[in-house]
Amino acid sequence: MKMTGAEAVVRALELEGVDTIFGYPGGAVTHIYDALGRSSIHHVLVRNEQAAAHGANGYARATGKVGVCISTSGPGATNMITGIATAYMDSIPIVAITGQVPLSMVGRDVFQEADITGATEPFTKYSYLVRNPGDLPRIFKEAFHIASTGRPGPVLIDIPKDIAMATLDFKYPTEVNLRGYRPTYMGHPGQIKRMIRAIEESCRPLICVGGGAVSSDATEEIMELAERIKAPVASTLMGIGAFPGDHHLSLGFLGQHGVYAANRAVEEADLLILLGARMGDRATGKAEEFAQKAKVIHVDIDPAEIGKNIGPNIPIVGDIKTTLRELLQKDIERNDWGWLSRAREWKQVYEGLGDCHKGLNPMEIIKTLSDMVPENTILVTDVGQHQIWAGRYYKTRRPRAFLTSGGLGTMGYGLPAALGAKLGCRDKEVVLLIGDGGLQMNLAELATLVQEGAPVKIMILNNGYLGMVREIQEKIHGGRYYQTRMEGNPDFVKLADAYGIKGFRVENQEKIEWGIKKLLSWNGPIIGEFVIDPTANVIPIQGGKDDEAHIRGIG
Amino acid sequence: MMKHILGVLVENHPGVLSKVSGLFSRRGFNIYSLAVGMTEDPTVSRITIVVEGDSYIVEQVIKQLNKLIDVIKVSKIEEDSLTRELALIKVKAEPNTRHQIVELINIFRAQVVDINKNHLIVEITGDSEKITALVDMLKDYGIEEMVRTGAIAINRGKRMLKDERNKGGYDNGNNVL
Ligand SMILES: Cc1ncc(C[n+]2csc(CCOP(=O)(O)OP(=O)(O)O)c2C)c(N)n1
Repeated sequence: MKMTGAEAVVRALELEGVDTIFGYPGGAVTHIYDALGRSSIHHVLVRNEQAAAHGANGYARATGKVGVCISTSGPGATNMITGIATAYMDSIPIVAITGQVPLSMVGRDVFQEADITGATEPFTKYSYLVRNPGDLPRIFKEAFHIASTGRPGPVLIDIPKDIAMATLDFKYPTEVNLRGYRPTYMGHPGQIKRMIRAIEESCRPLICVGGGAVSSDATEEIMELAERIKAPVASTLMGIGAFPGDHHLSLGFLGQHGVYAANRAVEEADLLILLGARMGDRATGKAEEFAQKAKVIHVDIDPAEIGKNIGPNIPIVGDIKTTLRELLQKDIERNDWGWLSRAREWKQVYEGLGDCHKGLNPMEIIKTLSDMVPENTILVTDVGQHQIWAGRYYKTRRPRAFLTSGGLGTMGYGLPAALGAKLGCRDKEVVLLIGDGGLQMNLAELATLVQEGAPVKIMILNNGYLGMVREIQEKIHGGRYYQTRMEGNPDFVKLADAYGIKGFRVENQEKIEWGIKKLLSWNGPIIGEFVIDPTANVIPIQGGKDDEAHIRGIG
Repeated sequence: MMKHILGVLVENHPGVLSKVSGLFSRRGFNIYSLAVGMTEDPTVSRITIVVEGDSYIVEQVIKQLNKLIDVIKVSKIEEDSLTRELALIKVKAEPNTRHQIVELINIFRAQVVDINKNHLIVEITGDSEKITALVDMLKDYGIEEMVRTGAIAINRGKRMLKDERNKGGYDNGNNVL
């Protein structure tokens, strides 16, 4: 069928099942916008292109589908970079479309030209500069395939304006043919056998899930494995939700900021089964000191992750779900409860909330939230102390229900990602937990929330500081607080009012439950500001004598 | 540090070379030399990369290269492979030294490809050591300008890069290619 490049873009999106796109228009994409306006796709008008990429990210993580965002050339495209890099570091499938100056002008530094494929090269799984209108169908087909298969990640398509205006004969390919890209899904049978033997020989097996376990949709398989071999399960920040946080085998969040039980189990385990966890520096602390007593099995779809941070004894390249399914066909069983009961004891170690005299106790707020939210809640966090508290004290019961910028640690992620999650899952409760710093980083997106009428429940933990950095200044810089006090903070309740959003403030401990109830019962966007003790810290305050070993510093 | 030679087959697209070279700088790998050119298949280019590093680094380089979607195949080229570099060397040659230089060049089986009153341009192919040896000798006469390619390398016998195990089919047992 004959159509313009712009129409081809929209047609391809429709054929890929895209129902929502996050973007911001400009001169280089007016033709694509014109075609979008005549399609069934819902466009979300963000207030800054960074938020378009975060929105697509939140949508993708909550739904499991590919998120899509679009911007104009030049500044629109460069604004999107932080969002693309955020998605890349967390392996989130998004397709980012950017306008470009006409092909004949490319390279001449014309108005609003930016080499965006070059600039995003380190943060994209793949990128295209479209040089032929006839290539558009193939490129879109490939882009969605690349973004969503193997180790997922962002793909960028840069479309010169004259390509969008040209005509082509549209025929959408049914398959892709990329000879350089064939991810391995099934683990090697010989390695699976070795894995089984290692499990049967182990006395203290520990499963550790990462973001790969979420994107592989492997929760059921992981639960079956853990139950059959009586192994407790710890999680990286990105793996939270891959295994239900309220399951009796769950130990929780491990690593530098993790909980006692999980870190203790890592130290004691004689077999560590890593499932889609790349074991970055925050998860291991010092890699040489990590899990010293354990043999390591590492299952990951990205061969480059295996052996990068942790040298495994049994490396298995494959998709977690596919590989575990194969493994679970075999009769594999362990019936030693001794190790489990020790691990359970560690769980009982009092996870102190510490005393907070100068305001509400943030940890108590998060625990209360965790107890009160409905089963189908998606918790989105921003970056900072509140994020770590959420990792430690909030029990995520399902996969795709804890969204956070783990890899890049991008402040400003939370608000647009929460909007994306809500638009992808309108039947679910979406709660955004955010600091007073992070909220202001993409504050303008409150308007997008209003424009969309999206009932996101915003919980500000206001400590009047860039808390995470303040804590570093307290611990490492002798309490010299510099440039971390947020003196110009607005009155968030009045601010909410200015946007036409319901707002309220909680300053009394007795009102915490009331405040959370109000957030959850309100039928629209709402901001609850919880004024917390600015001196509250994330460094674990744990029971037991050997806690020093678990306090690895936050610097 | 050990030098390793990698043969890399890539899609013949614009921008592929920058993806490959960008990866090296980004991940802090040291490239000793890089040479790229066409192959018997017009849709495929071949890059020969000489990297310096220990076995961990080389394994990382291979895995990260394999991750690039435009990379079709990566393989280590064996030590006994054929490797060649080419150099053009403009050397000072006065009438009284010209003969000595030409003699030297003959020993190296190099050629004089241009000559004028005061200069010779020498062309030499060979492995890295041979070229370096000639360069050292010619230094005494005064090298005015030199240009040298990166190494290209090919396995001897019937082993062919394109037949090496496909990217998707990792040998999970060893997990290195
Ligand atoms: C874009 C960006 N800039 C800077 C940082 C460094 N940083 C990490 S946490 C943090 C403080 C966050 O403060 P706030 O949002 O108030 O949350 P809190 O730590 O108080 O919970 C800062 C500045 C970052 N992660 N991202």
